[in-house]
Amino acid sequence: MKEIIIISGKGGTGKTSLVSAFSSLAENAVLCDADVDAADLHLIMSPRTGETHEFRSGHSAVINPEKCTQCGLCREMCRWNAISEDFEVDSIACEGCGVCWYFCPEKAIDFPENTCGEWFISDTRFGPMVHARLGIAEENSGKLVSLVRQKARELAEEKKLDMIITDGPPGVGCPVIASIGGADAVLIVTEPTVSGKHDMERVVQLAEHFRVPAMLCVNKFDLNAEIARDIEAFGREKGVECLGHIPFDPVFTRSMVQAQTVFEYAPDTDAARNVREIWNRVLTKLQD
Amino acid sequence: MIISIASGKGGTGKTTVATNLALSLGENVQLLDCDVEEPNAHLFIQPTFESTETVTTPVPQVDMEKCSLCGKCDEICQFRSIVVVGTTVLAFPELCHSCGGCMAVCPEKAITEIGRELGVIQKGWRGSLEFVHGKSRVGEAMSPPLIEKVREHISPEKLNIIDAPPGTSCPVIAAMRDTDFVLLVTEPTPFGLNDLKLAVGAVKILGIPCGLIINRSDLGDDRVKTYAEETGLPILMEIPFDRRIAEVYSRGEMLVDAIPGMREKFVELYDRITALTGGAGR
Repeated sequence: MKEIIIISGKGGTGKTSLVSAFSSLAENAVLCDADVDAADLHLIMSPRTGETHEFRSGHSAVINPEKCTQCGLCREMCRWNAISEDFEVDSIACEGCGVCWYFCPEKAIDFPENTCGEWFISDTRFGPMVHARLGIAEENSGKLVSLVRQKARELAEEKKLDMIITDGPPGVGCPVIASIGGADAVLIVTEPTVSGKHDMERVVQLAEHFRVPAMLCVNKFDLNAEIARDIEAFGREKGVECLGHIPFDPVFTRSMVQAQTVFEYAPDTDAARNVREIWNRVLTKLQD
Repeated sequence: MIISIASGKGGTGKTTVATNLALSLGENVQLLDCDVEEPNAHLFIQPTFESTETVTTPVPQVDMEKCSLCGKCDEICQFRSIVVVGTTVLAFPELCHSCGGCMAVCPEKAITEIGRELGVIQKGWRGSLEFVHGKSRVGEAMSPPLIEKVREHISPEKLNIIDAPPGTSCPVIAAMRDTDFVLLVTEPTPFGLNDLKLAVGAVKILGIPCGLIINRSDLGDDRVKTYAEETGLPILMEIPFDRRIAEVYSRGEMLVDAIPGMREKFVELYDRITALTGGAGR
């Protein structure tokens, strides 16, 4: 079984459009949306939810005013300034470290577990999908990412599917780190802009740091052919092969509005043909 | 006054809005790029940097000569970043949230704190515009402490514009908290709308007034506008899709320099924000 993660560093480069296009082409894949912070793949996949599970992680402090003597030790020890002058815990600032709860001489602080979100196993017209929803302003997105990836793997084994296609989060921080560890390869989608190139360079470094083989493709390449060439050159220097280009084409936006993949909406476009070539190269690379 | 610029979804034009707004407003403005995982504003502002500081976070260091292996540090740590294994204590600094609990609980005073590098903060200028950004070390999972450090450079007497990271979890909350106004940049597509709703939810939890900018406003559908009308979210600016704008952006140039009439549009945007915040002004 092979797992490929689509990441980008920069947001808005077309990760989810590409993942959904790939899902039209893949024959034996589990889809996994690891962008739990702003999950979008379901908008194209229209999944029929089969299973819903709560995601619990971490704790938050709650002060019981009846027991609290306002001694101030918790305020003094809290490094997050999460406890107000009238001894209420700001649940957004609270890091869940438990220091106040542990040291409170009156045992006036409770430390209940948080419910941070939900995760789902669903059916789509392209096969099974694992996805999640992190509660707004909740923490532990890295843990939820690890969980959905683990569930996608179990599902692939159970259904004897030989591939997992994962839509990754943007950036280079906690959720992305949780997305790429142990994957067979990452495909970096970038756009030929100064910011796209900058973020691509950082995400290439990240893949290198965690020793995950990386490949590259350039979306909207005709917006700036010169930077597109620079991106390819950077990839060559780093041993990251560029698998292809996709032109800027509003057909991706239009297919998204129709909740369809580009192969359902406009299969006879250059954009779709280029995506197919990239996918075939991904498959070849994964078999190497 | 502090205006933060957020979006839920990445790639909607936060940095474009933040940089062009900052450059349109002349004197007494500071731009802080808090998207520390992927700071991009400097690519457009091209400031002359005058200082770089390395930012660290405290993590425990155990003196095994003093340690009695009592296990209290292991017991208090919620993040499994300090663990007693056999006759030694292992610290995992990359998991540590720097709460100081292990050091406080250790009866032998065997734990001290050392710095772990989170990234750097750079400060500089473009003309009269003051610029600050943070850049996380690649491989570093924790961005909120670095974002907090960037925010320590806020100048209360100035107009501060914060470029926030995408999403709705810890990093964006750290960037948006305690700001006077949130500008949400979105695009009129189903992805844009989905992520906008999440971002609005986060702004509501924080209780900050907010308004909307629709980028590539003619590419997609009307559902974002309908949502804005239904929820009473003011649309403060629309930027149409224009290949010229996309190309100017791709080269790292400023819209207010390259496209006639843009500067005036950003000044108007600022006037609308001050009207909504009760003229809190600069």
